[in-house]
Amino acid sequence: MSTGPQFDSVDMMLNMGPQHPATHGVFRMVLTVDGERVVDVTPHIGYLHRGTERLAEVESYGQVITLFDRVDYISNLNNELAFVRAGEKIMEVDAPERAQYIRVILAELNRVASHLLFIGTYAIDLGAMTPVMYCFRERERIENLFEHVTGARMMHNYMRIGGVKSDVPDDFVPWVHRLIGDVRKGVEETDKLLSTNEVFLGRTRGVGIIDGPMAVSCGLSGPSLRGSGIAYDVRKDDPYEIYPYLNYKVPVGENGDCWDRYYLRVLECYESLSMIEQCLNQLPDGPIMAAGRRIARPPAGEVFSHSENPRGDLGVYLISDGSDKPYRVKIRPPSFCNLIGLRPMTIGSYIADAVAILGSLDIVLGEVDR
Amino acid sequence: MISGLKGMLVTLRWLGKRNITANYPKEHLPVQERFMGFPGLLWDETADEPFCTGCMVCVRECPTQCMTAIMHDNPNAVEGKSHRRKIIETFEINLNRCILCGICVDVCNFDAIAMSHEHELASFARTGARADLGLLLDLGRKFQAEVVWAPKSADRNVASVVLTKRAAAEAAKVAAADAAPQADAATLEASAKEEPSEERGS
Ligand code: SF4
Ligand code: SF4
Repeated sequence: MSTGPQFDSVDMMLNMGPQHPATHGVFRMVLTVDGERVVDVTPHIGYLHRGTERLAEVESYGQVITLFDRVDYISNLNNELAFVRAGEKIMEVDAPERAQYIRVILAELNRVASHLLFIGTYAIDLGAMTPVMYCFRERERIENLFEHVTGARMMHNYMRIGGVKSDVPDDFVPWVHRLIGDVRKGVEETDKLLSTNEVFLGRTRGVGIIDGPMAVSCGLSGPSLRGSGIAYDVRKDDPYEIYPYLNYKVPVGENGDCWDRYYLRVLECYESLSMIEQCLNQLPDGPIMAAGRRIARPPAGEVFSHSENPRGDLGVYLISDGSDKPYRVKIRPPSFCNLIGLRPMTIGSYIADAVAILGSLDIVLGEVDR
Repeated sequence: MISGLKGMLVTLRWLGKRNITANYPKEHLPVQERFMGFPGLLWDETADEPFCTGCMVCVRECPTQCMTAIMHDNPNAVEGKSHRRKIIETFEINLNRCILCGICVDVCNFDAIAMSHEHELASFARTGARADLGLLLDLGRKFQAEVVWAPKSADRNVASVVLTKRAAAEAAKVAAADAAPQADAATLEASAKEEPSEERGS
């Protein structure tokens, strides 16, 4: 029996962010802590709000593509693809096959680049400094290819409603073959370095667990959902472009913890690389732009189309009133919806794990706030 | 423990290898051929004037509205050295606003603008990012010298080509007119057909 004075314990509020290095942008979490345990978490967003959806209403269809580059600034080509597919649906045009292959190759490369960035920064969040160098080295190779094809490293403005801006350079196929070899080696190296490291396992195994039904009811998608064992992938479940012609697996996790979410992305890198290889072998000749008018002026109507972003299910809801500008563009951002899973994952864990959990969701604040 | 050693092995393998990073700003990595730097205006050597006619299409299509252009009558056209009746007088791009999207290049019908390879234009002045016609032409000329640049539609836009074509058409017309009294209706028809296509070229 202790004889010292007895104190009441009071929950403490702890502000994390908006300038916290582990939030990958400007994001604030207000943690309510009881000792080292988190009992509640309130996310505050909106620091990076740029009014993309409103801006899209005053710009023509061609100009909106530049906005989509900037919604999720880590997987630009995937975002462009989501918008141009919505545009194609409302205009009722189909991109020629060659254009679709080019778009899928680039989108999958962008997925690998985005996952590499995640792996590197996640390692940094958890205290491992080396993997980020390896990941950025490989990402740099991919960005170089993008520069060679689209002319820009990140803000490409390359895809068009009905195709792509310009055909790929002549040395595209050998270049990508070489690139895939290099990147695969790099991913393997990082995998070896990080995935089974005891410290890393200790920080991520059994941390931030979310079970399948809860993940579904929170509206998670992408690797964050698949980590909980639910094999939902838009590429498989609502196939678009040329994905049905490709042979690939959708990796799923078991426990729904941080390590599962992390390792899924590593596996997805391998899958994407093999998909790109198949695309290259099937790449047909032909036009890269559907015949049609140069100025997009779709008929009045509304469409919804979605595609698999590196972060999850990116939806675009497009309403046209028949003019050359969209009447409304609603974006369903996977990062924003994945953030809803933060609360059930974090409650009950340690403060130090909050960083690991937030990192494992791989949010991009540009997309959360739009 | 074992995994830690395994990781150490991976990193050891890179020890003593060549640096992958470049020592910026002492060292500049080359850019790819399609790289899109700041837009520059191109120079038509054959008439010694810019390609740009100041038609304002790019100004209207620019998503950030960062350009302005004013045209005036082209003195070279009066002298018959060029086919452009109007030519750019002032052109300004606010490079602070430019997002390097390349839309202006896409929409220009006169092959007058291109994304140059210049991407380092920092200056100490607050107005330093307002690129005027002189700077834009410099960017364009540097770009033309750097890469093998060819106009997309030379037959419409390069002064010497258009003027030669026009002179040939003119000569054909004169010849046809001279021969007209004896000529049959077919030649007349042919020369009449040529005229509209020549108009479109101007
Ligand atoms: S650059 Fe081209 S589109 Fe722009 S004003 Fe000049 S001629 Fe017109
Ligand atoms: S590159 Fe884009 S933003 Fe820049 S001047 Fe051209 S159209 Fe405008």
